[in-house]
Amino acid sequence: MLAIIKREILSYFSSATGYIILAAFYVFGGFYFYMTSLASNTTDLSYTFSSLFIILIFIIPILTMKLFSEEKKQKTDQALLTAPISLTSMTLGKYFAAIIMYLFCITITLIYAIIVSFFNSPDWAIFASNFLGIFLLGSALIAIGMFLSSITESQIIAAIGGIVIGVLMLFIESIAHAVSVEFISKFLNKISFMNYYDDFTLGIISLENVVFFLSVCILFVFFTIRVFEKKRWS
Amino acid sequence: MVEVKNLSKKYCNKDALCDVSFSLNDGEVLGFLGPNGAGKSTTMNIITGYISSSKGTVKVDGDEILENPIAVKRKIGYLPEQPPLYVDMTVKAYLSFMYDLKKVKLNKKQHIEEICKLVKIDNVYNRIIKHLSKGYKQRVGIAQALLGKPKLLILDEPTVGLDPNQIVEIRKLIKTLGEKHTIILSSHILSEVQSVCNRIIVINNGKIVADDTTSNLSSDFSTENRLILSIEGDEYTILNELKNIAGVKNVTVNKSEPDAVVNYIVIYDKNKDIRSTVFSKMAEINCPIVSMSNNNMTLEDVFRKLTSEN
Repeated sequence: MLAIIKREILSYFSSATGYIILAAFYVFGGFYFYMTSLASNTTDLSYTFSSLFIILIFIIPILTMKLFSEEKKQKTDQALLTAPISLTSMTLGKYFAAIIMYLFCITITLIYAIIVSFFNSPDWAIFASNFLGIFLLGSALIAIGMFLSSITESQIIAAIGGIVIGVLMLFIESIAHAVSVEFISKFLNKISFMNYYDDFTLGIISLENVVFFLSVCILFVFFTIRVFEKKRWS
Repeated sequence: MVEVKNLSKKYCNKDALCDVSFSLNDGEVLGFLGPNGAGKSTTMNIITGYISSSKGTVKVDGDEILENPIAVKRKIGYLPEQPPLYVDMTVKAYLSFMYDLKKVKLNKKQHIEEICKLVKIDNVYNRIIKHLSKGYKQRVGIAQALLGKPKLLILDEPTVGLDPNQIVEIRKLIKTLGEKHTIILSSHILSEVQSVCNRIIVINNGKIVADDTTSNLSSDFSTENRLILSIEGDEYTILNELKNIAGVKNVTVNKSEPDAVVNYIVIYDKNKDIRSTVFSKMAEINCPIVSMSNNNMTLEDVFRKLTSEN
């Protein structure tokens, strides 16, 4: 698993992808930080974190689009699937590599907190809750993106699929309001990422929210493993 | 070393493999021969654990692939038809990654250096793979298969797409590897299998249609022998003498240029050897034999016969 993690992280930086992802996240994150915190004269970073969801919708699909689709296209998946490692190790290796790359992105928020601390000490507990929230949200989106990448050979399709799901998650609450059938409306509210993420931005770490995001991560990592299992047997 | 029993594979209700069974001893170099789509790659993919069979078992060195896939994969070095190369990496980084992926427990630097020298890629060690020629890429593919000193090497069409010089070099390399490893080599190029392997399995439409040594295959399927002679002297006399030898069925003359020595193609009984008789007859009539060679049924003839019959 470690070999795969190392290779994946190196591959982000052997092409422009890694640098573009980091640059885009830092530029747009910095913009939101300036607008919602510095320009608004507040040390509350909740608005910044809340706005970061929109960036994640576009950044994470770029991060995950080539995880498996490129392997399939270049037929390098044969090296992984015939190596003496389990499918779980292979999938988790890819997943953790994307998570580490994602951590490189979101640790910039720590710098935002340090900058704010020059003006007034921020509420570190709320910051920690926000950080955990954005970490879990990103991890769930990465798991979905990785799954999409495992079912197609095209990076573009994987990326567009990821963006569509992200946008859907952003608007699912509005859709739920518009739906008149109660159980559908309830169901849509139950799967809305925004619903679960908002609590973290308010400094609330509830077990339900943590379990929700962890469940999404586990479910889609499992689905990815099943994709390869199915391919082997079909 | 390898024991394949009743292997079958279905793709969408179509039989890609049907009841394939064979075994392979330590140190053997087995050629897997068959036309495109015959089931060669499917068999190899099942042995390596890349795909699973619909029926049947594969044992490598006592371990069954479905029961103990990781142990089996450790014993196999696999070069698929398209080498699984991360083209954005250098040869050094790629081999280092594959070494870690295969969890090899040898001296890393020394082991990789040895392999690079063996497959002659030490001069491109620090170059990015996408900038290498096809021949070098194939060598890098072979190098990754050799990592961890696997007992069994599986090479799927290792010379496809290479130029004639590269083909000769890769064949030489495979011959060298055959001294230390058990090898399964798939190809649809007959001369390749003939020059490298000591045993051949011919597969067609997912079924094994022949399994024998190269020479046995040629002799088993031939019904007559062929002798090609170059003889100096009067053409008419020589023809008469050759036709009168017991067992000779037919003699044809093949003269490429007017002044050249005449070539005679003598077809004779499969169970007879007329070479010494021909020699003494020609000596009697004072016609020196410049060259004499036995040209029995070639592997190509056997292959065509086997695959067209099915």
